[in-house]
Amino acid sequence: MQSTRRLWLSQCVGIAALADIAAAQQHAHEAVKASTPPPFQTLDAATAAEIDAITSQIVPSTDGPGAREAGVVYFIDRALSTFDADLREAYRTGMTGVQQKRKEMFPTSASIAALTSEQQIHLMHAIESTEFFELLRTHTLYGFLGNPSYGGNRDHVGWKLIGLEDRMAYEPPFGYYDALENGNGGGKQ
Amino acid sequence: MSGASFRPSDAVDFLVIGAGSAGGVVAKELSTAGFRVVVLEQGPYLGVKDYKHDEIKYTYQAGLTNDTKVQPITYRKNESEPAKPVKAIMYGRQVGGGSVHFTANYWRFHESDFEERSQFGEVPGAALADWPIKYADLEPYYTKAEYDLGISGLGGANPFEGPRSKPYPLPPMPVKSSGVLFERATKKLGLHPYPAPMAILSQPYQGRAACVHCGFCEYFGCEMRAKSSTLVSVIPIAEKTGRCEIRPNSYVRRIETDAHGHATGVVYFDANRREVFQRAKAVVVCANGAETARLLLLSKSNLFPQGLANSSGLVGKHLMWDNGGLAMGLFEHPLNEYKGIQVTRVIHDYYRADPKRGFYGGAGMDARFNYYPANFALHGMPPNAPKWGAEYKKMLGEYFAHTMTVLGHTSSLAQARNSISLDPDLKDSWGLPAMRVTFDHHPDDIATLKWALTKQIEILEAAGAKKTWTSGITMEEMLPSTHLMGTCRMGNDPKQSVVDRYNRAHDVPNLVIVDGSSFVTAARQQPTATIQALAYRAADYAIQAAKRGELG
Repeated sequence: MQSTRRLWLSQCVGIAALADIAAAQQHAHEAVKASTPPPFQTLDAATAAEIDAITSQIVPSTDGPGAREAGVVYFIDRALSTFDADLREAYRTGMTGVQQKRKEMFPTSASIAALTSEQQIHLMHAIESTEFFELLRTHTLYGFLGNPSYGGNRDHVGWKLIGLEDRMAYEPPFGYYDALENGNGGGKQ
Repeated sequence: MSGASFRPSDAVDFLVIGAGSAGGVVAKELSTAGFRVVVLEQGPYLGVKDYKHDEIKYTYQAGLTNDTKVQPITYRKNESEPAKPVKAIMYGRQVGGGSVHFTANYWRFHESDFEERSQFGEVPGAALADWPIKYADLEPYYTKAEYDLGISGLGGANPFEGPRSKPYPLPPMPVKSSGVLFERATKKLGLHPYPAPMAILSQPYQGRAACVHCGFCEYFGCEMRAKSSTLVSVIPIAEKTGRCEIRPNSYVRRIETDAHGHATGVVYFDANRREVFQRAKAVVVCANGAETARLLLLSKSNLFPQGLANSSGLVGKHLMWDNGGLAMGLFEHPLNEYKGIQVTRVIHDYYRADPKRGFYGGAGMDARFNYYPANFALHGMPPNAPKWGAEYKKMLGEYFAHTMTVLGHTSSLAQARNSISLDPDLKDSWGLPAMRVTFDHHPDDIATLKWALTKQIEILEAAGAKKTWTSGITMEEMLPSTHLMGTCRMGNDPKQSVVDRYNRAHDVPNLVIVDGSSFVTAARQQPTATIQALAYRAADYAIQAAKRGELG
């Protein structure tokens, strides 16, 4: 298989591209290596724990890693420290709103993180149509499924969930139906 | 970056504004014909090493497109509403422009696109008109573009296309699972699928490597130089002449004219926001279908009180939209649509406007996957699916690799009430009036979108989809527009159009305007091939005019 693949690459891509692929792959690896997240830059630890509790209900850790294992809260901290610094205020007021809702619904509770999972889900339903929830959801999914160099999608857990290989190049057949069409017997998953 | 270097006080032969799909072509044609050319590009000069497989940077942060934090845009549906800041318009903002991040669909317009008014008749409320040129006038330039830039496809495979003088220079790209399912279904329905013509190299071409099927085309710059952007195809040729200077980070604020109404050069902000006046014997505006109109309006003077080249009052008018609806289908086996280029099969059976439908319009349809992972998770799932939680996560895991899209590219009627204008209040971060977009759909365009979606679903069902769903088509859901067309329409009558049949401004003899703004009709979207064919043609005529001494 290896020799077939190599032959295919040299015929279709050209030798120059092999170096390009290697360079691009290296570039991608270094980008990830260079960005080991320090502790939080913008969020305080208590707020981070609360955001982690919410985002872990958006993509829970049921049947495998979720937002928590992906490091979504680290991605959010990175976003608020860099390209989304102008959304810090939205987070401040948004979280205040969520805490008020929590106190209304669960007056004796101390924090979102301290709620039971069932209580957290009730709270989520109460806030799911707010603009702030949409922002949290957007950040959670970019953090879960985006490039790991931003501190989220650790160990590619998001990509593994959706069945995405992380390669710089693919070759046909790509999926079941084009494999069948090309007489390769299908089933290449 | 290489190429020539000119002083602002040198009156170069041509000054080109915008180094995108059109500007790159024009720069190459003019410089290889022996003229001295300066190209001013408002965005940076990036190279393939700057591009990454990074959805956060290129979709969330819109890394290759206009940034409304520094260049705000306001939007309103009609004149009676206040215009509010919204990213209603999106365009490529770097050397190479939109050709860097586009999906790379490369459809020629049909013969009928140039004469729809004659063929279909008047549409109430719309400014439907024939082009002053025919398909045959543009055909040699479509061919030139396909060979110069590197287009993959199968000539003659689309039975609805006009006659072509040559096949494509490169064979079609390998078919994906979406293409196989689409082809099977459309044939079953008696339709005529064909391999998508793409500005992506299926084989090595002119020193560039072939596509490696990484899947990051739409929104992304190609790290392999396999996408045939002007950045990697014609701009390097222009620079090699030693007569063309590409000047990035140069934001033009006005085109200057003399007492005779001839363009003399442009004033622009350089990278340090200093104003520079670059002299030129002729000016070519290729700033895209939205910014071109804005710049002409910004260039008003005593001689041109309504804006430059705007005696007709039509600069900015007749803005046409990037219309299209998405239909999704879930299939039993994995398609892995994230691998490979977006689009591999197309039909044009529903393209032509047919009065029997009861409304103007038509659609081209393609098989694709329109999403990257986070965008699929946010926007690609069925509207009735949960948006978060354990069930959502489970569905996401199943749907991503098993879903494909049929996209309907539909018509957009020119209407006088839809426009690009200058916002009277809001300024950009250079202090220039912000772009104001006024746009609402014509009822026939909505009818076409809805009708096309039923056909798209029919195809997915014929393909054996387990489940189908569609995207929304409200105006809010169709922001922003990325196909920018119509705002300096081409015509023979100076009262009814902004540029003549050769893309020269009716009002200013040494001003050429060529990009999507010249379009009289929007066809069925996919404007890039026609923008570039027009650019080759406009450059050809500008060269002849310059040699005759007509351009000053």
